[in-house]
Amino acid sequence: MVSLSSYLILSAILFSVGVVGFMLRRNTIVIFMSIELMLSAANLAFVAFSRFLDSMDGQIFVFFVMAVAAAEAAVGLAIIMAMYRAKETVNADEMNLMKW
Amino acid sequence: MLDYVGLIPLFPAIGFAINLFFGRRMPKGAVGFIACAAIGLSFLVSLLVFADLLKLAPANRSVEKILYTWILSGEFQANIGFLVDPLSVVMMLVVSGVSFIIHVYSHGYMHDDRDFPRYFTYLNLFVFFMLVLVSANNFLLMFVGWEGVGLCSYFLIGFWYEKKSASDAGNKAFIVNRIGDYGFLLAIFLIFVTFGTIDFKAVFAAAPEKLAIGSGIITLITLLLFMGATGKSAQIPLYTWLPDAMEGPTPVSALIHAATMVTAGVYMVARCNVLFLMAPTALLVVAVIGAATAIFAASIGLAQNDIKRVLAYSTISQLGYMFLACGVGAFTAGIFHLMTHAFFKALLFLGAGSVMHALAGELDMRKMGALKPHMPRTYWTFLIATLAIAGIFPLAGFFSKDEILWKALTEGGLGFWLVGAIAAFMTATYMFRAVFMTFHGKSRVDHEVAHHLHESPGMMTVPLILLAILATIGGFIGFPIVEGWNRFNEFLSPVLASPPALAAAKTAEAGHHAVGFEVAMMIVSMAIAGLGILLAYRMYIKNPRLPDRLAESYKAPYELIANKYWVDEIYHFFFVGPLIRFSVFLWKIFDDILVDGTVNGVAAIVRGGSEIFKRLQTGYVQNYALSILVGVVFVIGYFIFGK
Repeated sequence: MVSLSSYLILSAILFSVGVVGFMLRRNTIVIFMSIELMLSAANLAFVAFSRFLDSMDGQIFVFFVMAVAAAEAAVGLAIIMAMYRAKETVNADEMNLMKW
Repeated sequence: MLDYVGLIPLFPAIGFAINLFFGRRMPKGAVGFIACAAIGLSFLVSLLVFADLLKLAPANRSVEKILYTWILSGEFQANIGFLVDPLSVVMMLVVSGVSFIIHVYSHGYMHDDRDFPRYFTYLNLFVFFMLVLVSANNFLLMFVGWEGVGLCSYFLIGFWYEKKSASDAGNKAFIVNRIGDYGFLLAIFLIFVTFGTIDFKAVFAAAPEKLAIGSGIITLITLLLFMGATGKSAQIPLYTWLPDAMEGPTPVSALIHAATMVTAGVYMVARCNVLFLMAPTALLVVAVIGAATAIFAASIGLAQNDIKRVLAYSTISQLGYMFLACGVGAFTAGIFHLMTHAFFKALLFLGAGSVMHALAGELDMRKMGALKPHMPRTYWTFLIATLAIAGIFPLAGFFSKDEILWKALTEGGLGFWLVGAIAAFMTATYMFRAVFMTFHGKSRVDHEVAHHLHESPGMMTVPLILLAILATIGGFIGFPIVEGWNRFNEFLSPVLASPPALAAAKTAEAGHHAVGFEVAMMIVSMAIAGLGILLAYRMYIKNPRLPDRLAESYKAPYELIANKYWVDEIYHFFFVGPLIRFSVFLWKIFDDILVDGTVNGVAAIVRGGSEIFKRLQTGYVQNYALSILVGVVFVIGYFIFGK
């Protein structure tokens, strides 16, 4: 059988990739994809624990996470649309109106 | 009516309030009428209070009327209360009576002034404070009146405030007064600390029991009180404000700087006679300064060309006489001279005002002359006042001045008498010099001014005549020698005791011997005055070039007195200059650099700090995410490795 640690290691790797992607990519949509990746990594961890601890709690929590992820994606994309209308770009470097 | 003594200061207060709020909306006639009526009513009530007081037996003539408790703090209590006794009644009558005459005169004199309502507002306020001063029954209320008259003096001297010399003079008067008030305040504090109360009756009753005659405390208290008096009553060394105060309108000079405010110091010394009599050193100081001031100011008056300045120095000199009288224990004589002086000095100032009115504001006597035919009423009243101040029988000044000189000789000694006599000689000289230069001789008036020469209107000359009558007959209530004719002395004696030892000695000694000697001294006084008049006549009528020749030959003494002994310059060098430099230092260095610098510096530090910290806000989302990540790492690290 595959052990719990493999799943968790996979989850950690996915999460790190998501974090690095979030920090280093310039395209706002790619940043959003990284956010989704991070959320998925967390989901994986939850399901893995649910399977190995024989408890449904993890899987139910995944439902919640997915619902929140969907809502957050909707709002975020709406914001990106608004920014695009204002600045004609989705480059995160140029979204610095809050700079001092 | 005694119960209603509170009305006396109340009427001017009401007049002040009405003119303050509505003065500018009322016609000039109404403003003047209200102001004069207020004082007139005060005078009437004073008369009624006086009549009521006479009904009481002499021993009972000291009535206190307390309106309410003003301050009550632990052991300390101060009331708003009035003391009606012979001394305060005399002062009330003089203040309200002379004020009334001057108010009526002012109505004519200030008629063309655009600040007419403001003038009468201040004038009423002044009379209010002065009446509070003289009728107060405790030191604190008296001090309220004391400060109040100083304040009104500032307002009125600087009445034409757009003129720099006038506003400077107002400042000078107030500031120099303040120095004296410092002494007065210290005295009040000392009195409270020593006696536990500041009520006149309580303090004067407790003083002989609590303190030894000549002890340090009583001497200190009385010297500090006198310091206040020198400020208010323009004695050496705090007299310098009075000549400058002539910048104010002439009726103001008449009222404040002749008849009422400057006499507050004399009143205060007389009121505290019980304390002063217990401190012989202080009394000596009072007498010496009084005598010195009398002769000092008289010498300056000899060389002044501005008619009001002559009268100002004359006032300082006559106040010196009053303090000389108090200093030798003759308090009644001092108050008597205060009263007669109020009459003739006010008359002199108002007469000078009448002359200035006719000459379109000319003050310099070198530009006057031969005004007698044009202004007969002004001339004759001025002459009566001058005869009075010179001390010619039977005018008022003769009786009061003579009594002072007599008491100075018998109680003080030959030295005091000599100084007083020389000052009297100078008084006669400079006053008649003023009369001759102004009204006699050849006309030196400017041509254009000469066209408008006219006698003043009735509203101005009737007060002059009234005062002239008072100056003529006012002395008879103090007729000396004849037993029972000195009603003034009798009236005031319950309040103003003379030194007991001296009184006993005097009456015990030969009565006849004293009378003959006294009459002889009177003749001597008249002779001295006559010599003064003669000298003035020689110098200004018979031989008009003589003054200039004398000034040339005796250049040094002449320069000395013409420049007022350079006292103002000396004060400026030693006190005013350093004070101004210190103030400028405080302003430029301490205030601008230190205080403002500190406050601005704190702001600058905050701004500098924020300049650094604002760089955290890059507006770059990924930076913020990085900081969150770092924080998460630390927290997880703590939970894994820290615990």
